[in-house]
Amino acid sequence: MAVKKFVVGCFDDEAVLFPAVKKVRTSGYKLYDIFTPMPIHGLDKAMGLRETSIHTAGFFYGLLGTMTALCGIGYVFLVDWPINFGGKPHFSLPAWIPITFELTVLFSSIGMVMTFCYLCQMAPFVKKHHFHPRSTDDLFVMVIECTEKNNETDISGFLTSIGAIETNVQDAETGWWLGRYDKTEKPFEHKSALA
Amino acid sequence: MSLKEHFEIPVRYKQWSFGLMAVGAVSLIIGFFLYANGTEGQRAHFWSALLQNSVYFLLTVNAAMFFFTATTLAMGGWTLSFRRVTEAISACVPLIGGITFVIMMIIVFGNKHYVYEWLNKDLVNKDEILSGKRGFLNPTFFTIWTILSIGLWTILGMKMRSISREIDNGPLSVEEGKKYIYKNTVWSALYIVWFALTVASTVPWLWLMSLNAHWFSTMYSWYTFGSSFVSGVALMTLFVIYMKNQGYLEYTNAEHLHDLGKFQFAFSIFWTYLWFSQFMLIWYANISEETVYFRPRFLGPYQGIFYLNLIINFLAPLLIYMTRSAKRNYSTLVFMSVALLFGHWLDFYQMVFGSTSPNEVPMNLFDFGIAAGFVGLIIWKTGDAMSRYPLLQKNHPFFKESIIHHT
Repeated sequence: MAVKKFVVGCFDDEAVLFPAVKKVRTSGYKLYDIFTPMPIHGLDKAMGLRETSIHTAGFFYGLLGTMTALCGIGYVFLVDWPINFGGKPHFSLPAWIPITFELTVLFSSIGMVMTFCYLCQMAPFVKKHHFHPRSTDDLFVMVIECTEKNNETDISGFLTSIGAIETNVQDAETGWWLGRYDKTEKPFEHKSALA
Repeated sequence: MSLKEHFEIPVRYKQWSFGLMAVGAVSLIIGFFLYANGTEGQRAHFWSALLQNSVYFLLTVNAAMFFFTATTLAMGGWTLSFRRVTEAISACVPLIGGITFVIMMIIVFGNKHYVYEWLNKDLVNKDEILSGKRGFLNPTFFTIWTILSIGLWTILGMKMRSISREIDNGPLSVEEGKKYIYKNTVWSALYIVWFALTVASTVPWLWLMSLNAHWFSTMYSWYTFGSSFVSGVALMTLFVIYMKNQGYLEYTNAEHLHDLGKFQFAFSIFWTYLWFSQFMLIWYANISEETVYFRPRFLGPYQGIFYLNLIINFLAPLLIYMTRSAKRNYSTLVFMSVALLFGHWLDFYQMVFGSTSPNEVPMNLFDFGIAAGFVGLIIWKTGDAMSRYPLLQKNHPFFKESIIHHT
């Protein structure tokens, strides 16, 4: 991906964050993302994100699971090795339902988790830039992307004016990379510069 | 913003409710003259129709009180913006419970053994299984337990409703609020315990499962409860949407309806789970004492209803309610609520008629007429109960939680 310039503003109050999001959207600055320690109800709507389609994906994974189960059991009991179980017909759907149900649930749940991880680019040894360490602790971190139409001092000032308690400017990689370390961090060099 | 807190019953609402009640009364009278003194099959049809409809609609309106107490115990504040509607629905319990009780008593003391076969004393004395069940299936126990069930639902329900109304006059302090929540919790817990001892166990055995006195299933009560709870939530959804369309319940929005839709969806799956568990074990074991229940339903004349039941109550909610937008859309909700109410009515239909009339499906306009009468009664009584008290429980400590509810 690309390295871009971002302005990061930190908020410590939900009641300030929501009006701030509204003001950022009306001001025309490019809202990149908001990182929060916990899920906040209604924030996606305030940011204007579209509704997720992960449930549609889940439906199709479930359908795949149903088909896998029915085809698998059907192949075993009808084609490959038909056995007479207590005089029941070979095609005995009620007996297959529990396994079909389990595989449907398994496929849809695991498929949805995998899709979620893919969309969020989360996997072992996959690293992404972390804008503020306290976004996993107690701060709501709003990230605004700088474009050629505006500059970072204006955005910083704007963020402070709408209630950010702390702002800074970062040049960050937007994509992911393999490895355990930050791109800028040099783990085998002298660390005195790190705060 | 000024709130419309007092429900004024529209003229058309009254006309509809009285019209449906009139249809029910006419059906009852015509049915009485056509069937009540006819052949045994016709008499069985008459009394089974009354039994099925009264039990189904009683359990459905009673599910509203279950919903109320269960959410109270779970500290669920989100229901408060429409809680008075569920209360109003549960106010039908005394009325429909009384009707059910009268019907039951006529069946039991009128010795209508073509409905409940255990009423036939000669049969019971000859039959080893039935005489073994005599301690449970006898008119005295039946009467006492029916009185206790309907009576305590009524009394505890009335208590819950009066607790709900006692804070209408002024706001509570924090201490008073805590005490109020505690009091609610205690009475809800009492109701839930009694609900578990009746609807979730004994009452379906006594009222419905004993139609096939030789047969038993340990899933039966939960399955009946699942049916009644899905239809109860569907009924609540319909009333909430009606009130929204009339311009009441300003604080109720798509978020609350979304949750009601989720309840319908989830409990439809729950119902299917129990239905299927009951069916599959019996199908698999294939013991004649057990398959006697499914023979008329699965292979006999009730086959169409059997599959229709599964399609309406399982496949339709599964596929239609799956997306988020469907559960937030008023039209889908209304369509599915009506479908589920009908579907579970059909479920109760095959529960009752599959046992009392195993050789033919006697369904005709009479059954639908009786059902229309009960629907009219519920519409009238619920509207009446809603118009008596304010529609919002503004002073409840959790009220704000309901206003800002998000899903």
